Amino acid sequence: MNLTLHVWRQPGPQASGRFETYRVEGVSEHASFLEMLDLLNENLTREGKEPVAFEHDCREGICGSCGMMVNGIPHGPDTLVATCQLHMRKFNDGDEIWVEPWRATPFPIIRDLVVDRSAFDRIIQAGGYVSVRTGSAPEANATPIPKRVADEAMDAAACIGCAACVAACPNASAMLFTAAKISHLGILPQGQPERYGRVLEMIAQHDLEGFGTCTNHGACQEACPKGISVDVIARLNRDLLVGTWKEAGV
Amino acid sequence: MQLDSKVPSGPIQDAWDKHRFDMKLVNPSNKRKYEVIVVGTGLAGASAAATMGELGYRVKVFTYHDSPRRAHSIAAQGGINAAKNYQGDGDSIYRLFYDTVKGGDFRSREANVYRLAQISLNIIDQAVAQGVPFAREYGGHLANRSFGGAQVSRTFYARGQTGQQLLLGCYQALERQIHAGTVEIYTRREMLDLVVVDGVARGIVTRDLVTGKVESHAAHAVVLATGGYANAFFLSTNAKASNVTAKWRATKRGAGFANPCYTQIHPTCIPPAGAYQSKLTLMSESLRNDGRIWVPKAAGDDRPPAQIPESERDYYLERMYPSFGNLVPRDIASRRAKQMVDSGHGVGELHNGVYLDFDEAIARLGEDVIRDRYGNLFDMYQKITGENPYRVPMRIYPAPHYTMGGLWVDYELQTTVPGLFAIGEANFSDHGANRLGASALMQGLADGYFVLPNTIGNYLARLKMTPVDTGHAAFADAEREVAEKTTRLLSIKGTRTVDELHHELGSLLWHKCGLERTAEGLKEAIEEIPRIRERFWNEVNVPGSGETLNQSLEKAGRVADFMEFAEILCRDALARDESCGAHFRVEHVTEEGEAKRDDEHFSHVAVWEFKGVGEEPVLHKEPLEFEYVPLSQRSYK
Repeated sequence: MNLTLHVWRQPGPQASGRFETYRVEGVSEHASFLEMLDLLNENLTREGKEPVAFEHDCREGICGSCGMMVNGIPHGPDTLVATCQLHMRKFNDGDEIWVEPWRATPFPIIRDLVVDRSAFDRIIQAGGYVSVRTGSAPEANATPIPKRVADEAMDAAACIGCAACVAACPNASAMLFTAAKISHLGILPQGQPERYGRVLEMIAQHDLEGFGTCTNHGACQEACPKGISVDVIARLNRDLLVGTWKEAGV
Repeated sequence: MQLDSKVPSGPIQDAWDKHRFDMKLVNPSNKRKYEVIVVGTGLAGASAAATMGELGYRVKVFTYHDSPRRAHSIAAQGGINAAKNYQGDGDSIYRLFYDTVKGGDFRSREANVYRLAQISLNIIDQAVAQGVPFAREYGGHLANRSFGGAQVSRTFYARGQTGQQLLLGCYQALERQIHAGTVEIYTRREMLDLVVVDGVARGIVTRDLVTGKVESHAAHAVVLATGGYANAFFLSTNAKASNVTAKWRATKRGAGFANPCYTQIHPTCIPPAGAYQSKLTLMSESLRNDGRIWVPKAAGDDRPPAQIPESERDYYLERMYPSFGNLVPRDIASRRAKQMVDSGHGVGELHNGVYLDFDEAIARLGEDVIRDRYGNLFDMYQKITGENPYRVPMRIYPAPHYTMGGLWVDYELQTTVPGLFAIGEANFSDHGANRLGASALMQGLADGYFVLPNTIGNYLARLKMTPVDTGHAAFADAEREVAEKTTRLLSIKGTRTVDELHHELGSLLWHKCGLERTAEGLKEAIEEIPRIRERFWNEVNVPGSGETLNQSLEKAGRVADFMEFAEILCRDALARDESCGAHFRVEHVTEEGEAKRDDEHFSHVAVWEFKGVGEEPVLHKEPLEFEYVPLSQRSYK
């Protein structure tokens, strides 16, 4: 198939950017979206131009590196996939495709489609862990965990940190990302001792980074390649309320 | 090059305890005086950095990703082995040790493997305490499955995302230490050289991938946790950025490279769909538990699979290996698939795969059971190929997946360069000539959480050296070399892209040094590689500048190192004039057509000393002895 691409090009963090239009021809319907961009980049390189910078690594939807707005939708028109798992059979010959980076103030653009998502790491640093010294762990089967509980924790833990949730949110809130971690650890017995401190610290960092608040649009859930449900946000809100009371000594 | 394995004497069961007692300790208040550099944040790197930070060392950790959580450990699907014997099915530390030595086809060091099996228990405890959501039974206890042909159920798993969950455990432990200030993290930095002063590793040189700035970092010890080199083949299941650069730079600075020819090819990957294919996707090996592998009996039979009657299908693994059938080990399944495709029996549009058919399993168990077992894998397959595997057989083909070879390390995980350590897939230590399924995660975490943080103390406590900082001339020299290479890559402005040239190298390696190797083919490859390398340095076009984010430049630097490394990969395969594990030399087969070892001449670790680009490297040997697991020939008939 032959396509017309409008790709956001921005040489650096301080430079101003604009859409450039490219024609890509002879794309196989079996190619992934990133392989289509590879093809574009090979062509650009041969023409002596600079290829489009975009992040990618595992190309099987688990590392969370890739992510871009494709026709205004995070990770494009398919559901439950990261951009690397989006295949060209979802498009038609002659399509025009608009490709943009994630847009959110806490994610400054580094170049073209590459943004700085280190804010996510800082949210985890604030409390997204169980404090356990290497070697001090008890025998693994000492604490039985009902299968239902373990499964629910796993549902939340499946987050790949791609940030599609932020890109989808009209408020640029990172609530789904933050809540996924709070739920994963808050559901399990191992996460209980730090449960309420964790939520306060992580939310404080979330706000400090400049992410917006959640107003229950649910766009994050639609965009999430791992199908993480907004239920985790409800769980976060409950823990935040209890944590706030506890801190206030209520 | 001295190869002192430092394996403790005495009974193997007590070796690690004894060694831990014999090692010198660093006084707790002195730990903060020592700086340690860790390169890489996968399972091994992140767990080591977090644990050493917690112990009190000052740790600097480097990753070329934007976040430590992107490391390729994240993509491991199947699980992690541990000798917990929760199933009461006869497992033990000794059995895991035995299986691993035998699975490695008697080319690993017994004492290392025994320690690995012992530590496997602690890893599961640690991961559970961190909140890793392993699969559970209804009673709330941990679930296990059998994996990769093991006769006991010892594999712990978190759906098909075990690597992800274990890495997030390490990542969170690491972020906790970063928050506590014991670990300093440098993201988007790529290590481009090792700095050695008076024969001792004293730091690294990195390039800031955003600004292009070349920087020096000094430390008392350097730990490489930089993964494997399967991307030498261009098409592999590795992440796109995975590369050999850090290990190769260390090799060029004096570290011995062990067993580079041990490269594992995974049998169940989705075959390439076209020339634009950028990487291959692995489908979990567990699919072979219920799927039947076949090809049409007639070469070139292009009918759709449903129109090929039973009598015209060749279920070749079941035919050749009646007792193991479709569950033969990875190397055998891979080799047989290649033979089918090479002899014209390949299926699919490009005739480059074999069928993995669930028709019979669905008829026997029902679609719901199959969906329950493999639903996520079937969905993934359908997303990629556009075909519904509940209706049409999957197409699979082998692909490079994991590399058992790596930097030579002693029992303390120290390379031949004092002060330089290598952990995880980056070292050669535990898997011999073939890695068993679900053992990579185990080894990465054993090294990172439990071995290195102990053994590095033994090095640091004995350290009597003059202080070295980045002002030393060796750093300036290394920085200059790195900058010169960058300038050179950018100035060629030839006519070919980095990927084209990488493809050329990868294709040569796949055909001459892949699943099957011959002396003749390897000699041809050894002659051809320098020519490809020359073409690379004359014809490559790296656009852009060195002062900004430049992904073509990053890729070019990594491919340039593959171009040099490929030569020792082939030389090792040529020198190892036997077949063992994943290394299959066509000249050495048993009457049954399987790998035939030559224990008399090749029961050793082959360690290569770099002598210059284009110069013949020098081979050193560490003899291997088998006191506990009697040497035997594998048989899966």
